[in-house]
Amino acid sequence: MRHEHIETNSGLMIVLILLVISIGGLVEIVPLFYINETIEKVDGVRPYTPLEMRGRDIYVREGCYLCHSQQIRPFRDEWLRYGHYSLAAESQYDHPFQWGSKRTGPDLARVGGKYSNQWHVQHMKAPRSVVPQSIMPNYPWLLESDLDYSDLAGRMGALRATGVPYSLTQQEYDANVGRFGKVVADQLDISQAQDSLLKQAREKDFDGIPDRITEMEALVAYLQALGAMVDFAKYDEGYFTTFR
Amino acid sequence: MAQSSALPVEQYNYDIVRKFTIVAMVFAVLGMTVGVFIACELAWPFLNFDVPALTFGRLRPVHTTLVIFGFGGSALFATSYYVVQRTSQARLAFPWLAEFTFWGWTGGVALGALTYMLGITQGREYAEFEWPLDIAITLVWVSYFAVYVETLRRRSQPHIYVANWFYLAFILAVALLHIFNNLAVPVSLTKSYSLFAGVQDAMTQWWYGHNAVGFFLTAAFLGMMYYFVPKQAGRPVYSYRLSIIHFWALIFLYMWAGGHHLHWTSLPDWVSTLSATFSVLLLMPSWGGMINGIMTLSGAWDKLRSDPIMLFLITSLSFYGMSTFEGPLMSLKSVNALSHYTDWTIGHVHSGALGWVALVSFGAFYHLIPRLWGAKLYSQALVYVHFWLATIGIVLYITSMWVAGIGQGLMLRSFDDYGNLAYTFIETVEFMHTPYIWRALGGAFFVAGVLVMVYNMVMTLRTARREQAAIEAKLAAKMAKA
Repeated sequence: MRHEHIETNSGLMIVLILLVISIGGLVEIVPLFYINETIEKVDGVRPYTPLEMRGRDIYVREGCYLCHSQQIRPFRDEWLRYGHYSLAAESQYDHPFQWGSKRTGPDLARVGGKYSNQWHVQHMKAPRSVVPQSIMPNYPWLLESDLDYSDLAGRMGALRATGVPYSLTQQEYDANVGRFGKVVADQLDISQAQDSLLKQAREKDFDGIPDRITEMEALVAYLQALGAMVDFAKYDEGYFTTFR
Repeated sequence: MAQSSALPVEQYNYDIVRKFTIVAMVFAVLGMTVGVFIACELAWPFLNFDVPALTFGRLRPVHTTLVIFGFGGSALFATSYYVVQRTSQARLAFPWLAEFTFWGWTGGVALGALTYMLGITQGREYAEFEWPLDIAITLVWVSYFAVYVETLRRRSQPHIYVANWFYLAFILAVALLHIFNNLAVPVSLTKSYSLFAGVQDAMTQWWYGHNAVGFFLTAAFLGMMYYFVPKQAGRPVYSYRLSIIHFWALIFLYMWAGGHHLHWTSLPDWVSTLSATFSVLLLMPSWGGMINGIMTLSGAWDKLRSDPIMLFLITSLSFYGMSTFEGPLMSLKSVNALSHYTDWTIGHVHSGALGWVALVSFGAFYHLIPRLWGAKLYSQALVYVHFWLATIGIVLYITSMWVAGIGQGLMLRSFDDYGNLAYTFIETVEFMHTPYIWRALGGAFFVAGVLVMVYNMVMTLRTARREQAAIEAKLAAKMAKA
């Protein structure tokens, strides 16, 4: 076919352009949904509890991903600084993913358990009071605003629609008990969402204010869950490379 | 437009082109000023002022959206509506629909920027618009497609000019990317969760993200280049054959390259390797376009001495060549291991966005303004001033980002004699303070250039209005005598 045919026929040109631009995505993206090795088989990764989920919403709202990555690469310096490289399994419930593209601040993929709740609260309120050279904004309003947890069912329901195993029916609940154990299954149950949020906040008191549930409470709960779900001692070094 | 009413009905619909040109400059000033402000926040964090709407995390999408979609998008609407009419020798189809694209696009971008400041975001880079705005944008885009293609169909030429191929590919690709990357389940009007998660979501997002660069910021601006460079030079495009080859190669290869934003992550290695391969291949069609543009000037190189608009256009192609060389380099896994997550990426983006996209748009606008408003440009000298302010700004910006990015990358991976990390993370932040100041200064230079352009434009428009009024007065006097 001579190019003249294409450039004198707008319909043909549109069809050919569509064809040419579709191939790359079809080859690179579609198989990711079907190749089983794309996501590692690993124990421990669970959906976020209602409190953590709300914390994640705040993380997205404040645009934390624009300065902090959540994706550790398999390099020696990152291993020393942050820990084991990130697994695909660890973000399998992340809607949207928050891997980020820039480290103006450090990676947060395994920040969970690294600092105390108290440190996080102080750091978020006034970063330079704990790290003098920090360039992070202060987030004092997180402690001042009460957490809105009126719409947990709506949020968890939407996530359930995307495939996150929050349970709505008895059958789904039982499946979660088998998969994650009863304690976690209760936290993933949409009908018990508010109770489990209140319970987790009361027990752990992430924001250090016992009688209030602030946005800080949720955000710190989320941060403390990051990267702490997989017990890497259970797997030998070579195991995860079989999935790469 | 008041001055057009006295003229006989224009052969082409320039009204819509004028509107988009003006709004593009408004978005340029706003978006770039926000850019300088957030650059200053990184150098002096007190500038966040503890006000949620002003924090870096909320303003950064405001900056990217206003410059990419506000300035870049409006520049593309303006020039594509102009080019498709001129090269088809047909008046724009569906004028009311074109009008809708203007109000829809401008309103959507402005509303998007406001919602980010309120914390309403999808949390996806360059696709932060929440779902109601995504739907509105889709409607605008479908209308754009209809206006554009129908105008093409009404052409009085058998051939579709090469600039239109690029604009057409851009319109189609952006539609595809926008729809698939924004699939989400809504919770309320202001909140949704993306349909995909984790690794699949990441790949979808960077397939989108990289092709926002590839089609929005490259293919479409190549369309702009293919009209305005030959026009301003007064010479035909250097090689017709090269334009065919590099067009199809470019739009095919770009779509494979997104995975290079995810090297060494949980994305499977096969995708990342494939993406790197295609990214390296992309060098060829990219440089094909650059060569085709620059060589169009062969035999007329003296214009670089006498015509500041040519200076803008050719310099933009040089930056295009430079950043499309740097891109494949950074997509190599070994280089990416150092460059990724650092300011080197930010510098790379800006050598493309400021050096290529903005300069070629300014060149096109300087060419357009006298033709759209029917008056000579107020000052040639100010065009030179703008050019040098912009060029100095870009050089300051990208060199400071090389220092910050490569410096941080090297510091993070250096070890002492005992095999321990030589630097803590915060030491790299401290190191970046000085380059951050230089970067903000570079940005300020660039904005200063834009303000000079705005002044030049306003003065030109005022002259146009005055001359128009004089003609009308003369006409009225004549009528009274008769």
